[in-house]
Amino acid sequence: MNMKVMSRAGRSKRWSRRPPVNRTARLIAAGTALLLGAAACGTGSGSGGGDSTGGDSGGGGDQKVVKAAWVYVGPRNDGGWTTAHDNGRLAVEKEFGDQVETDYVENVPEEPAAAARAIEGFARKGYDIIFTTSFGFMDPTLEVAKKYPDVVFEHCSGFKTAENMANYFGAMEEAKFLAGMAAGAATENGQLGKVNAFPIPEVIRLTNAFMIGARSVNPDATMKVVFTNSWFNPPAEKSAAESLLDAGADVLTQDVDSPATGQVAGAAGADWVGYNSDASKFAPQAWLTAPVWDWSGYYIDRVQAAIDGTWKSGSYYGDLADGIVDLAPYGEAVDAKTKSQIASMRKEIESDQFEVFQGPVRDQNGEVVVPEGETPPLEDLLGMDYFVEGIVSKLPS
Amino acid sequence: MSSELIITIFVAGIAAGTTLVFAAVGEIIAERSGVLNLGVEGMMLAGAVTGFLVNRQVRAPWLGVAAGISAGATLALLLAVLVVSFKANQVVTGLALVIFAIGMTGYLGESVVGVPPPVTFNRIALPGLSDIPVLGRIFFVQDALVYLSYVLVPATWWILFRTRTGLNLRSVGESPETADAAGLSVTGTRYAAVVIGGAFAGLAGAYLSLARAPSWVPNMTAGRGWIAIALVIFATWSPLRAALGGYLFGSVEALGFRLQTVGLEVSTFFIAMMPYLFTIVVLVLISRGSVQRRLAAPSALGNAYLREER
Repeated sequence: MNMKVMSRAGRSKRWSRRPPVNRTARLIAAGTALLLGAAACGTGSGSGGGDSTGGDSGGGGDQKVVKAAWVYVGPRNDGGWTTAHDNGRLAVEKEFGDQVETDYVENVPEEPAAAARAIEGFARKGYDIIFTTSFGFMDPTLEVAKKYPDVVFEHCSGFKTAENMANYFGAMEEAKFLAGMAAGAATENGQLGKVNAFPIPEVIRLTNAFMIGARSVNPDATMKVVFTNSWFNPPAEKSAAESLLDAGADVLTQDVDSPATGQVAGAAGADWVGYNSDASKFAPQAWLTAPVWDWSGYYIDRVQAAIDGTWKSGSYYGDLADGIVDLAPYGEAVDAKTKSQIASMRKEIESDQFEVFQGPVRDQNGEVVVPEGETPPLEDLLGMDYFVEGIVSKLPS
Repeated sequence: MSSELIITIFVAGIAAGTTLVFAAVGEIIAERSGVLNLGVEGMMLAGAVTGFLVNRQVRAPWLGVAAGISAGATLALLLAVLVVSFKANQVVTGLALVIFAIGMTGYLGESVVGVPPPVTFNRIALPGLSDIPVLGRIFFVQDALVYLSYVLVPATWWILFRTRTGLNLRSVGESPETADAAGLSVTGTRYAAVVIGGAFAGLAGAYLSLARAPSWVPNMTAGRGWIAIALVIFATWSPLRAALGGYLFGSVEALGFRLQTVGLEVSTFFIAMMPYLFTIVVLVLISRGSVQRRLAAPSALGNAYLREER
């Protein structure tokens, strides 16, 4: 068994976890039905392999069970990113019952060789469809995909595809915008605070979307932002959140993974917008809502395609209308008026009448970055390197 | 910078620094007896996860703290067996212990990641004391474990420097041969010092998971054990200076975030670097002979004691 592979080094930093998508990657159609899965670990060129077996041809066995596997970067119960994916996996189990067999592996490092080992482990065991849910798994997934042309792979948050490897991600900025509305309505003094992980384009884009949402209901609202340079460091997040409260903020939100920000808000009587999952239990009084991921619809569709033998590679970028991103249930602090405002904005976004970054958008110095009547192309959004008007803090250079 | 801002920096600095203070004081006790305990980070993790789990089961944070202390002490006992009885290399053993603890605590805490604790320590304003202008707000509106540190730090200093027990402990760290000849048990003293030091590290971890950031996430100490070891050098093996240093490092962290809120560019990487920078400066200073004689490390630090080589 050749364990060569893994050319690219680096990329093991955790912050590379869920970065840019490339919507422009066009659908690369290729009829790769599968169902054979088994240890077809050939020498791996894979390039020739259109291998379009029909759905039924794979199954000499009539009751062929489709085996689906997930490769997670964090613990399954992190209450955030990985939990959201695992909920999707559970939805697949519920949907298909005996037709499908699922498995997962947690805490897989983004170090290429280790990630490839985890992914290949499933391919070798005869899994038919393998979801890899972290940006750093992109190249390892591609390598393994080349070696196992009869297995299909789905990579989340990257931009590379192959005949048997699709990618998928979602427009979280839409949900951030709606959550920002809740924050803008809740603040009494117009000062918001956000605990951020890294000053990378994804986090900047989501921070801006939140600010624009807040100002859509509260035009004078401002926001202070601090960076902890870590996805997961509860004590530092706590210090960061305290500093925002001390600086005057009365609503806090976050682009980091632990609920420490909410605990600080809860203890101080401030309000809180979480991220990734419903974490209201950590600070029920403070809880407003949270932008969350919901992968179940996509996972069910893709596993269905694998069962039917109609799976095709491609790039998927889901949005509010698709249900990939959503808002967690509201806390009691959100009033009825705000809820209805958010509901009507949501309709506009879902029907494409409104886009979060439609012009005019000004940066924090007041310069127009997106002129009236225009909407920036996705590439611009994915490379965003400025804060919008209303954000007081400067971006670390 | 307004005085209000400065006060809030110190309020947060004390809360953030207390975990460093506990861990550093524990390390001082161990190092004063001649044992370099590099396993502090691991003992803190053990304290954090055990404290969290026990509090979750019994809904009593003080029992969680007690359990965290026991977990730290247990891991320290393991270290003592290896480095005192079996004379294993202290550096290697300490490092191995940290790696072991990272894995073990991740495993033990798997089911409670992202689970809120039923009860936690909250800030309590001490009646009377909290009314003192400025200082009252900084020192006496904190949680119970911070108040505990106000008692433990001076007590440790007093025992180390003002009692016979402390003198014995320090003599074992300075010259185990002499101490042995004087009839002291080098092995017994070192065992006690390492285990008590580990108990402090466990307390430091429990403080994190029950008071400072009430939750459990894998590797939540995020290097604070290493900062504590650096702090021991910074404090030149004195519990009182360790407390000052701990609060100072905590305040630097708090200051960094506050500078960001007012729009000043301060990299948190830079802030994270500061404690080590201070430590290097102190190391350079104390490596000068005259200063060294007054302040430097216990002479026998890091060396196993082999009686027959006396």
